[in-house]
Amino acid sequence: MSPAADAAEVRRRTRELLAAHPPATTDRTDFLKARFDAGLAWVHYPVGLGGLDAPRSLQQVADAELAAADAPDNDPRRIGIGLGMAAPTILGFGTDEQKRRFLRPLWVGEEVWCQLFSEPGAGSDLAALATRAVQDEAGDWIVDGQKVWTSSAHLARWAILIARTDPDLPKHRGISYFICDMADPGVEVRPLRQITGEAEFNEVFLTGVRIPDSHRLGPVGEGWKVAQTTLMNERVSIGGSRIPREGGMIGPVARTWRERPELRTADTHQRLLTLWVEAEVARLTGERLRQQLVAGQPGPEGSGMKLAFARLNQEISGLEVELLGDEGLLYSDWTMVRPESVDFTGRDAGYRYLRSKGNSIEGGTSEVLLNIVAERVLGLPPEPRNDKDVAWKDLSR
Amino acid sequence: MTAPAQPPATPDLLYSQDEEDLRSAVRALLADRADAPTVIAATEADTPYDPRLWSSLAGDIGAAGLLVPEKFGGQGASHREAAVVLEELGRSVAPAPYLTSSVVATETLLALVGADGPAAALLGELASGARTAVLAVPFATPPAGAGPVLAALDGTVPGVADAAAADVLLVPTAEGLYAVETSGPGVTVEALVPLDLTRPLAAVSLSGAAGTLLADAEAGATAVRRGLLAGAGLLASEQLGIAEWCLTETVRHTRERHQFNRPVGSFQALKHRMAQLWLEVVSARAAARNAADALATGSPDAPLAVAVAQAYCSGAAVHAAEECVQLHGGIGMTWEHPAHLYLKRAKADSIAFGTAGSHRRSVAELAELPAP
Repeated sequence: MSPAADAAEVRRRTRELLAAHPPATTDRTDFLKARFDAGLAWVHYPVGLGGLDAPRSLQQVADAELAAADAPDNDPRRIGIGLGMAAPTILGFGTDEQKRRFLRPLWVGEEVWCQLFSEPGAGSDLAALATRAVQDEAGDWIVDGQKVWTSSAHLARWAILIARTDPDLPKHRGISYFICDMADPGVEVRPLRQITGEAEFNEVFLTGVRIPDSHRLGPVGEGWKVAQTTLMNERVSIGGSRIPREGGMIGPVARTWRERPELRTADTHQRLLTLWVEAEVARLTGERLRQQLVAGQPGPEGSGMKLAFARLNQEISGLEVELLGDEGLLYSDWTMVRPESVDFTGRDAGYRYLRSKGNSIEGGTSEVLLNIVAERVLGLPPEPRNDKDVAWKDLSR
Repeated sequence: MTAPAQPPATPDLLYSQDEEDLRSAVRALLADRADAPTVIAATEADTPYDPRLWSSLAGDIGAAGLLVPEKFGGQGASHREAAVVLEELGRSVAPAPYLTSSVVATETLLALVGADGPAAALLGELASGARTAVLAVPFATPPAGAGPVLAALDGTVPGVADAAAADVLLVPTAEGLYAVETSGPGVTVEALVPLDLTRPLAAVSLSGAAGTLLADAEAGATAVRRGLLAGAGLLASEQLGIAEWCLTETVRHTRERHQFNRPVGSFQALKHRMAQLWLEVVSARAAARNAADALATGSPDAPLAVAVAQAYCSGAAVHAAEECVQLHGGIGMTWEHPAHLYLKRAKADSIAFGTAGSHRRSVAELAELPAP
């Protein structure tokens, strides 16, 4: 067995890749496939699955070399759900065949993924989901139900899906986890227009969707455990990269402040300074978390970063609208569009103000995250639960 | 106008193994000699400090000389290590002249030792902990607001922290920076009744006092600013220690205390408040480490890093201490429970070396976000 790759080995392989496939003359997708095959997609993944079995921290060695050579990237924003949620779950729970089939096109961006977890009747109580999956005589699963808040569903080839396979068990125990083919005729995707006017999310209706048993992830009835892996990865994917000073939403407001003295008031000055300091501290907290990860001492700070950014984004964008005065009364465009990727800082101040309201809801509400911090980090006693031992079908809904 | 300069290098925001070892030594000493009943008893005694505690901390552990190069008799460490000592002193609110003597006065003298002479000799005494010195300016003075309080060695300086136990006063005057022996003629140190009982305050009066001139007015002012900048920057670590103790004890109390047939800490309304405090503590840690690292590396970003840390950590410590009192219920209002010591220290610290508001004014200047 060869020793685990070190920084020199990662650097050598990256240079080899660049020499064999010069970015300037290589097709983007071809380059990305070659990068995956060279084990430089995510170096901490196993050999043969886009990685080198190397420490996660060595990814930055490859990334730096590739960026310096102006190599194409795989647009992580557009395929964020695949990279951040589907891939680690498939790696952790998939069969060898599933890993071979799905990881490469996922990473290259040939196949976009979406996530079919949330439901209109469940929300933060995700395990209360009602979408049913029933196994037929051939062993296939027939899925019926409705999902909501599904970003990228209109672009996605595949979805990770959780569905109820045994309503007689308590709600966490009767769930199974599947890979759903979004091209199946039983899948209907409808745009869900939001507060901003655009439709970044979708409703997804599942009617008699047939999923082969070979597309199940993990054992039947263990879907909640599998989903925990997905959700944990969703929350730690934040904070992985370095953010420059004024790199977040504070940037545009600070620029407006510097460039347009006529807008300044004593009140907005005080609020801007408070938020500037908080944004800088949040940036440093993220940087500290990053350094802990690189040093192999992951701290629980990740669970808190989303809380901090949600509140800051909301307060900063609220201040920005007010600071702009007459202009703050205007909105760029209410035409419904379906963006290909989420752009939190894009468009104008009014958009940022409205879009940031979702930051404390999506990916776990702030209230749920505060409970997670209190119970898992601080060790405070859990809320009393009266649904733990009750069959899902007997719960009041 | 352009955006403010990016920090020149990536700060190291973690703790080294040496720093963790130092923390363990300081924590063990304070647990042994400065537990809560001891600290409460000390606040009612006449002597401001326990000399045995100070001699162990300063001498045996070598904490007093951390900022001082070895050639002047110190440990040759840095602000990063001193910050760890202050985190622990914040966690115990032990009375000790560490921040005032081993950080502010020491750092002030370090700005002057290039010229050798009396500053170097005094520095060596402070580094060993044999003697202590304080900068004779009001404790509320922000680094940006430092100026001579007195025209000459004559007059009164109000609210000088730790002056009551100091051997030497560093007195900035319009003529220059003087070292004045507190035991000398013409020097009166009158103890005041402080809000924070664990850090004594005094009014220093000079009348016909004699002093040793350490620096002329300009060099003296630069040295004082440097001393206050280090004080403000490392005070953030003390505030972090306060906030951390308050959160830990509040979590412990609300897990054990039962009301309405449940542990109080299982109520969501309270859990969310403690989770919010946790977020403030981890944020304060990042800000405080950044300030300590910027001071240690002599980064040009240090004034902004310090202003950011003070603007943030003051509020975090006060918030944690206020929540600690509230979430302890009636017991949090009693003299027996140490929560009040932390509230008093946190509130006093929020004024020390400038309020959060005055540090935000510095941020406005340094980050180029001018007032209307």
